[in-house]
Amino acid sequence: MEEKLKEIIDVIRINKLSYLEILQLLQEKFNFVPMDYLNKICEMLEIPKSKIYGILTFYSQFSTNERGKYLIRICDGTACHVKGATKLIEMLKRNYHLEDGKTTQDKKFTLQVVACLGGCFLAPVCMINSHYHGSLDENKLKNILESLK
Amino acid sequence: MDILLVLKKGYFYIRAEYPIAVEHIQKALEVCYNLGLCGRNILGTNFNFDIELKKGAGAFVCGEETALIASIEGKRGMPKPRPPFPAEKGLYGSPTCVNNVETFVNIPIIINEGAENFAKLGTEKSGGTKIFSLAGKTKNTGLVEVPLGIPLAKIVYDIGGGALNGRKIKGVQTGGPSGGCIPVEFFNTPVDYETFAELGSIMGSGGMIVIDDTVCIVELARYFTEFVQKESCGKCVPCRIGTKRMLEILEKITKAKAEVEDLTTLEMLGNYIKETSLCGLGQTAPNPVLTTIKYFRDEYIAHIVDKICPAAVCKELIEYYIEPTKCVGCTVCLKNCPVEAIEGKTKQTHKINILKCIKCGICFTLCKYKAITVKQATIYATENKN
Ligand SMILES: Cc1cc2nc3c(=O)[nH]c(=O)nc-3n(C[C@H](O)[C@H](O)[C@H](O)COP(=O)(O)O)c2cc1C
Ligand code: SF4
Ligand code: SF4
Ligand code: FES
Repeated sequence: MEEKLKEIIDVIRINKLSYLEILQLLQEKFNFVPMDYLNKICEMLEIPKSKIYGILTFYSQFSTNERGKYLIRICDGTACHVKGATKLIEMLKRNYHLEDGKTTQDKKFTLQVVACLGGCFLAPVCMINSHYHGSLDENKLKNILESLK
Repeated sequence: MDILLVLKKGYFYIRAEYPIAVEHIQKALEVCYNLGLCGRNILGTNFNFDIELKKGAGAFVCGEETALIASIEGKRGMPKPRPPFPAEKGLYGSPTCVNNVETFVNIPIIINEGAENFAKLGTEKSGGTKIFSLAGKTKNTGLVEVPLGIPLAKIVYDIGGGALNGRKIKGVQTGGPSGGCIPVEFFNTPVDYETFAELGSIMGSGGMIVIDDTVCIVELARYFTEFVQKESCGKCVPCRIGTKRMLEILEKITKAKAEVEDLTTLEMLGNYIKETSLCGLGQTAPNPVLTTIKYFRDEYIAHIVDKICPAAVCKELIEYYIEPTKCVGCTVCLKNCPVEAIEGKTKQTHKINILKCIKCGICFTLCKYKAITVKQATIYATENKN
């Protein structure tokens, strides 16, 4: 941890990152915001924890829980909603016991419900890690998830 | 080179959920820097202009200009009262212009082609073209650029190719959760800022979601209200609590637990929230509900009085049923039902146990013989008969 922490602190100092950018950096590096790192960073850079906690909880992109191997971002924006996104979310709840923000016990999948992924013309859409999948239905999504190791 | 405005720095603020847009702008910026089109000594002059890309972190309210500025500054995206307007005192206290990229993109066209030529397209007050994201229940979907002033019908039917699967188009939701739903009766009106405002909607960033008769208007209004309620920053009471109260009423309607008076309450709450919220989020949050009550009142009444969901979406009001004369006993529904709610033997009529059924609709989509239909929930159907 020591070495990684030093690296992160250096990046923050060199680039004069704002509080929001510090959180974005952690989220990008770890896929979530690890509180042990965040607390150490606050102490070392003399950042009030209340300030950074306020930002952390304001933006929905951040998660303080470790995420699964695959982050499933299901779009429930308007276009996807009218094209049946609710059914996809229900399927994930039923078959994988997922909830928005929750991770499966085997740490394979994490579900995040988001509003619009910018692929409205392919609705309903989801993103699994950095891959887009469009024109989904329950079976198609199930098959995609089952093909993931 | 003439310099019109001496600006020091520009930012692109892009939602983190749009990684492709982020990637494209990053590449474009690299190209511009390499060609000397931004950065120091642009095109050999002593004019400097840096551009930076900032990613959002998942907060709708950060589209509001003062919240956007707070977010670029690395803070919570909470809107601030105006004045001072960003143009006087914005990012880090400096005068700031907040606009959509599409707006800025029009400026070089106006300068190069001349204002008169630019205004040749579009209407008298809404000049030029506008890009819409056409999505929802039409055959063709995607980004479309049209001259302002063309009839809505042209976008939906000519470009969009009309309804999917022979369904009936009911309307178009424009401007996202801050906009309203424009019904087909108004499809011949021109697409411009003024007409949209008259109809109670907005153009916004150009979302155009086409809605057909399989979409429940009340459920859609509930969905938008849930969204704005979650995204409210919480700073002011009308927006924070008012949208919650509206959501509760809408939930009651979709569950057949509401009364006709609830519509009056919804309208009253909606108008208060519009008038008394601090920022654009709250001021526009009731639009989807208010426009749908205005244009689709009969759908609300169907839910409240007749306890029917005309689009067969609201679960508490519907029931799935297997038509014995059409069922051939293929067992597809039985095998795919997630809760074993279907009983029956091969080649014999199947039956849904309504006590077990969770109304997921899988059997309905899978039955090749169209033997499964949706009808009004039995409790309400008998209630109506008495
Ligand atoms: C809650 C809220 C969300 C907004 N989201 C966006 C957005 O995603 N994109 C956008 O261009 N403008 C958005 N706006 C409007 C901007 O605040 C601003 O008014 C607009 O960018 C002005 O530029 P324009 O005249 O070029 O459209 C939003 C406004 C509000 C109140
Ligand atoms: S109107 Fe809503 S989003 Fe805007 S400042 Fe008030 S509470 Fe926040
Ligand atoms: S709607 Fe779903 S739960 Fe109900 S019978 Fe059909 S498949 Fe089973
Ligand atoms: S609404 Fe789902 S991608 Fe836009």
